[in-house]
Amino acid sequence: MEQQTTNYYVPAQSHWPIVGAVGLLFIAIGAGMTVQQMTSEATSGSWLLTIGIVIILYMMFGWFNDVIKESDAGLYSAQMDRSFRQGMSWFIFSEVMFFAAFFGALFYVRMIAIPWLGGASNNEMTGQVLWPNFEAIWPLVTTPAGDTTQAMGWQGLPLYNTVILLISSITLHFAHVGLEQNKRKQLTAFLTITVVLGVVFLFLQAEEYVHAYREMGLTLSAGVYGNTFFLLTGFHGLHVTIGTLMLFVMLIRVIKGHFSPERHFAFQATSWYWHFVDVVWLGLFFFVYVI
Amino acid sequence: MSTLSTAQEHDEHHDHKPKGMMRWILTTNHKDIGSMYLIFSFAMFLIGGAMAMVIRAELYQPGLQIVEPNFFNQMTTVHGLIMVFGAVMPAFTGLANWLIPMMIGAPDMALPRMNNWSFWILPMAFAILLSSLFMEGGGPNFGWTFYAPLSTTYAPDSTALFVFSVHIMGISSILGAINVVVTIINMRAPGMTYMKMPLFVWTWLITAFLLIAVMPVLAATVTMVLTDKYFATSFFSAAGGGDPVLFQHIFWFFGHPEVYIMILPSFGIISAIVPAFSRKKLFGYSSMVYATASIALLSFIVWAHHMFTTGMPVAAELFFMYCTMLISVPTGVKVFNWVATMWRGSMTFETPMLFAIAFIVLFTIGGFSGLMLAITPADFQYHDTYFVVAHFHYVLVTGAIFSIMAAAYYWLPKWTGYMYDEKLGKLHFWASLISVNVLFFPMHFLGLAGMPRRVPDYALQFADFNQLVSLGGFAFGVSQLIFLVVVIKCARGGEKAPAKPWEGAEGLEWDMPSPAPYHSHTTPPEVK
Repeated sequence: MEQQTTNYYVPAQSHWPIVGAVGLLFIAIGAGMTVQQMTSEATSGSWLLTIGIVIILYMMFGWFNDVIKESDAGLYSAQMDRSFRQGMSWFIFSEVMFFAAFFGALFYVRMIAIPWLGGASNNEMTGQVLWPNFEAIWPLVTTPAGDTTQAMGWQGLPLYNTVILLISSITLHFAHVGLEQNKRKQLTAFLTITVVLGVVFLFLQAEEYVHAYREMGLTLSAGVYGNTFFLLTGFHGLHVTIGTLMLFVMLIRVIKGHFSPERHFAFQATSWYWHFVDVVWLGLFFFVYVI
Repeated sequence: MSTLSTAQEHDEHHDHKPKGMMRWILTTNHKDIGSMYLIFSFAMFLIGGAMAMVIRAELYQPGLQIVEPNFFNQMTTVHGLIMVFGAVMPAFTGLANWLIPMMIGAPDMALPRMNNWSFWILPMAFAILLSSLFMEGGGPNFGWTFYAPLSTTYAPDSTALFVFSVHIMGISSILGAINVVVTIINMRAPGMTYMKMPLFVWTWLITAFLLIAVMPVLAATVTMVLTDKYFATSFFSAAGGGDPVLFQHIFWFFGHPEVYIMILPSFGIISAIVPAFSRKKLFGYSSMVYATASIALLSFIVWAHHMFTTGMPVAAELFFMYCTMLISVPTGVKVFNWVATMWRGSMTFETPMLFAIAFIVLFTIGGFSGLMLAITPADFQYHDTYFVVAHFHYVLVTGAIFSIMAAAYYWLPKWTGYMYDEKLGKLHFWASLISVNVLFFPMHFLGLAGMPRRVPDYALQFADFNQLVSLGGFAFGVSQLIFLVVVIKCARGGEKAPAKPWEGAEGLEWDMPSPAPYHSHTTPPEVK
């Protein structure tokens, strides 16, 4: 169906970038106004935000559609394929650094900020004068100001979720092997299982959040333990959501007969992304829940 | 030459550019996108410069006369943000877009559509940032470093817009940087090995790596500011178990590599211009590459030298002091190599070379004052004074901006096909050189005498020097309009530029005709 060229394909003009830029404009203004309007009745911000998200989805749909068409028309060389792969790898590296910053904040708070508030190092007087009753422990269930919460254990839901994500990485690998060996049934079956596992993970994560908010008093504003817990697991959950959507799109494309053993960059990229999300979870499970 | 010119005619035959506005909005061409970046950056330079004029007008004499203190704070904040993210970084990205594909023998950037997206996000981000100045409660007023709790507890209501505009700026930078890295790694012409790449390409490869590594950290920082201000988290509040110093750690983990993001491409530019006008090869090419890489690696372990007065343990202060001083070694290698390149060269002093030499001297002054600031006990005295302001303006204005000016003069003939007005160029140089030193040099003394930065009013004994500084500032501001005239004149016509207007210039870009054809190397050139 496709012949490969050796020339590097430079696309002609495209309107997707400007559509994307306008989409981001709406998202940035909309998100900013939504946050500002949280205490009021106004909803203009959330409308702008929704419009922005719709524009971005439209852009992704159209842009990827163009890329798939060009690829099927045989316009892409092996060099082009390398560009895509390297681009995705560097993007994942930037995501790693994003999570690294939050992990850094967690480690700093646990190893330095809280012990110092309790009077460690040369901060004896800080402890005595400001909050004499403060106890430097982790998880920080009582803040210096006196707010209390409960710590989330690692057994139960978090452990199930760990197992689910680990299995999903393995099933995705089997799907990939199926694709490379042109065993389409194996591919479809394992990819479907992976998508289902992703959805189950998200469902359990939502359960956990409801439990934390309703029964444990563990909220986003419950001191720095709650802050790090929700921002780390929350951003991870957001990435799982995006990853699951990507996998779902891949599943639809697989069912429609896309991809060949030699050419399946989109599948490969999604798979890298999913394994990355899995590794982040392992870090989370150990440093946020277990230790 | 003759084989080349037939190739050129062949190229020009295919040169049908789309017409009108839509050419620029929908373009995937690295030269169009490069031009847009450069024009955008100059527009931002003028807007940020206008804010600096407001600051210097207020500081012309002690007392409050022109603006309210809160507005003054917004001016210092937005001046910094615009110059860093809107002027210097886009200017370098514009140069990268224009030059890297030509220098490595590639047809275009690796991901041309994404390239256009990276650019068009920027005007959107700055539209949001600038419009927040007109909102109720005012725009960002917490300094470009937005330290907590100034950016959380005490920040204006528009902070959410600041946060999201920084977010999309970050997306733009990361996408742009990914494009540069992939282009350099994957798109080099056959024979263009890593150690044959021009230093501008090398420095940009390393810069792009730094961008991909630290822009996400900035995104995380602003996210925590957002949740602290609007969602009652306490990352930066001790009452909830957090720490305001945590903000500074995370911010400067981004911020220090960011400093090198704004200077490494300059090193590449100077390493192209100095050999060209000395008519000699660059002295110590490989040591230049290794020095750039060492500076980049060290930049990740020196961040807390911005925080010596926050009460860190002595061991940490010593570690960060020594690591910081270590950076002067690879930087010294660079300065030595530039000087050694000029040594016994057959030198001429066209405008690009004048700016390059001024860069070497004045950047070195900025480097030395940086070395002074690196010494922990001395920094206790200098911290947050005008000495710091003098230091970073020497490295950023007479460093980064001068190198950008040098680059613009050096490559303008290649871009427009015409020679720029050398007389006006020299006028621009001398006017800038004199005024910039009147502007920033006395700031060293103000700082040593104890004048704090970011104040709209000051003690009487600082009046004389401040007046001098302001006069230098106005003169420097006006001088930049000469540059605008030179560029417009050059774009509209003048003496036809040959393919290689500089006798000593080296690199694939000079093998192309001037102006460079719309599409760069459609078939890769052979590099020996």
